[in-house]
Amino acid sequence: MMKSSALSRRTLLKTASALPLALAAPAVLRAGGEPLKVGVYGGYFQDSFDSFVYPEFTKATGIEIESIAVPTGEAWLIQLQQAARAKRAPADVSMMATVSIMRGMRTGLWAPLDEAAMPNVSNILPTLINRYDDGGLAAVGAVSWYVTVATNTDVFPEPIESWAELWEPKYEDSLGLLALVSNSYLLEITAKTFFGGTDYLSSEETIREVLAKVAELKPNTRLWYRDEAQFEQALKSGEIPIGQYYHDVTGLAAADGFPVRSNFPKEGGLRESGNWGVARVSDKIDEAQIFIDYMSQPSVQAMLARNLGTAPNVARESMDLTDEEFAAVSSDIEPVIPRYDLHFERTDWLNQIWAEMLQA
Amino acid sequence: MIQSRPRTPLGYLPILLPAFALIAFYIVPFGSMVGMSFFHNLGGGAYEEVFTLENYARLVSPFFLSVLGTSFEVAFLVALFAIVIGFPFTYLLVNARRGTQVFWLIVMLSVLSLSEAIIGFAWSTLLSRTAGIGVLFEALGLTEKAQSYAPSLGAVLAGVTYIAMPYAVLLLYPILSRIEPDIEQASRTLGASPLRAFFNVIVPMHRTPIVVSFVMIFVFTLGSYLLPQILGRPTNWTLSVVISDQALLQSNMPFAAALSIFLMTVTILLVLLVTLINRKGAKA
Repeated sequence: MMKSSALSRRTLLKTASALPLALAAPAVLRAGGEPLKVGVYGGYFQDSFDSFVYPEFTKATGIEIESIAVPTGEAWLIQLQQAARAKRAPADVSMMATVSIMRGMRTGLWAPLDEAAMPNVSNILPTLINRYDDGGLAAVGAVSWYVTVATNTDVFPEPIESWAELWEPKYEDSLGLLALVSNSYLLEITAKTFFGGTDYLSSEETIREVLAKVAELKPNTRLWYRDEAQFEQALKSGEIPIGQYYHDVTGLAAADGFPVRSNFPKEGGLRESGNWGVARVSDKIDEAQIFIDYMSQPSVQAMLARNLGTAPNVARESMDLTDEEFAAVSSDIEPVIPRYDLHFERTDWLNQIWAEMLQA
Repeated sequence: MIQSRPRTPLGYLPILLPAFALIAFYIVPFGSMVGMSFFHNLGGGAYEEVFTLENYARLVSPFFLSVLGTSFEVAFLVALFAIVIGFPFTYLLVNARRGTQVFWLIVMLSVLSLSEAIIGFAWSTLLSRTAGIGVLFEALGLTEKAQSYAPSLGAVLAGVTYIAMPYAVLLLYPILSRIEPDIEQASRTLGASPLRAFFNVIVPMHRTPIVVSFVMIFVFTLGSYLLPQILGRPTNWTLSVVISDQALLQSNMPFAAALSIFLMTVTILLVLLVTLINRKGAKA
């Protein structure tokens, strides 16, 4: 049986447009020594990195790169951990979700990094830096992206100004929302919108209180989706005219002429990030640090925003993005940041109360 | 058939390969799943190999029982629809011309070659308000405004029955094709209408194959996890959806294993019960 979630949104998004570029990219030469193995999500991300990032990096530093396709989800973490036990590194540097970085930190999977060797890392927003308990640097923010309220403008021409509008009765049976507690982050969105901030999610009692508020969305929600393609198609056709979706993908669909719009709510869009972690067993830690330092430059972050549609991880002033370019990928409104600590520490419990809320 | 034990140990050789395959590809993986279900989950795909009953303690709850209920509801209705549609269809098919038979069998087999994801998307489009039968019903004046019929329990049943139908036909075809034409002719001679002959003679004659096919489709449908996700609302998500979430998205292998064994055990008990009842019914 086929599992559709294996398709990443990035794969579906622009593979067609990225493919000719990937083919046109200069082949990576292996001039002496092993190349640095860098893993990013397979599909759109990997194609884009192959086209826009690695050749420029090799030109700038002389370090060759071997591009590795990494599965989304936790499968890659499991593979890295198993390989580490055998003292192997299937990738020297990997782009990982924050919760996976935290899980790897617990087993000491990531090499502590030398900040002195990576001066550009000081550009990266402090919330995107992960440290070991002793202060050692474990991972650095790579790219970010936003989830906002996407609407079909044929059905709802008015812009959405607040997440709170999703609770309004007029949207009965109209919403598409992500199905899991760990990818919708609706607890965080609801806490920021109605309870003063995500800090409110501090005890079982308050989390259940916020969850009860999320449950009020059930009558409005037509589709709780796991597969992004399913919602994207329904959003474009107006079948499911409103819901949470990726800001940059919605923008691209609008640019392609579909009647859709991404609305940044006043409480902020939900901001998720991928992070660079270096396998402790890697024998290329110096090269890995040069790579992370290179990726942390404001000019490279601006280039990623233009070519990949990711939200920059550095201060806006440090880049030369125009207002239009910046708005296409990000926003000045303070974002809603997932409570990764909570998802890391209370995975099973959160998953259980969420399922009981949804399926009851 | 004459059966006798091999006279020399060498005579057992031919069964060595299947025996080995059974152990290597069935018993060993199954055993490792049983073992896994007693391990302690550490999160992120990691687990500790200590004996614990916590996974089973977690699943004994009103919540998982109700999800199991959903699984059985979906599987029961799908098996019912597949037999109710599949049995008369197959009966007509075996009595049809050879060319017609081949045509329909090929159609049935090609359904099997379709990806479940494609089938799910096709049904969700078909049942949609904007591009599916919703538009058609509005145009025909059946509904005032175009409506959407997915996601819903009905959509899940339609999608899963679509997948189960070829199995029903392929299970019943060899059995029904052995019916002697004399039987229907005899009942017709005795004054029964074709419909009456079908319901009062053909169907009761095939009680056991019908029950067996029903049980097989029921069990087969219990494993369906993709269509309930695509075509159903959260209340229609089956235990298999929860298992795939635990295994693939939560990376909680011990709990996914415990849920699988739970589902399997209950299923086996249920199948035994049905077989027992059928045997008693057949004797009576």
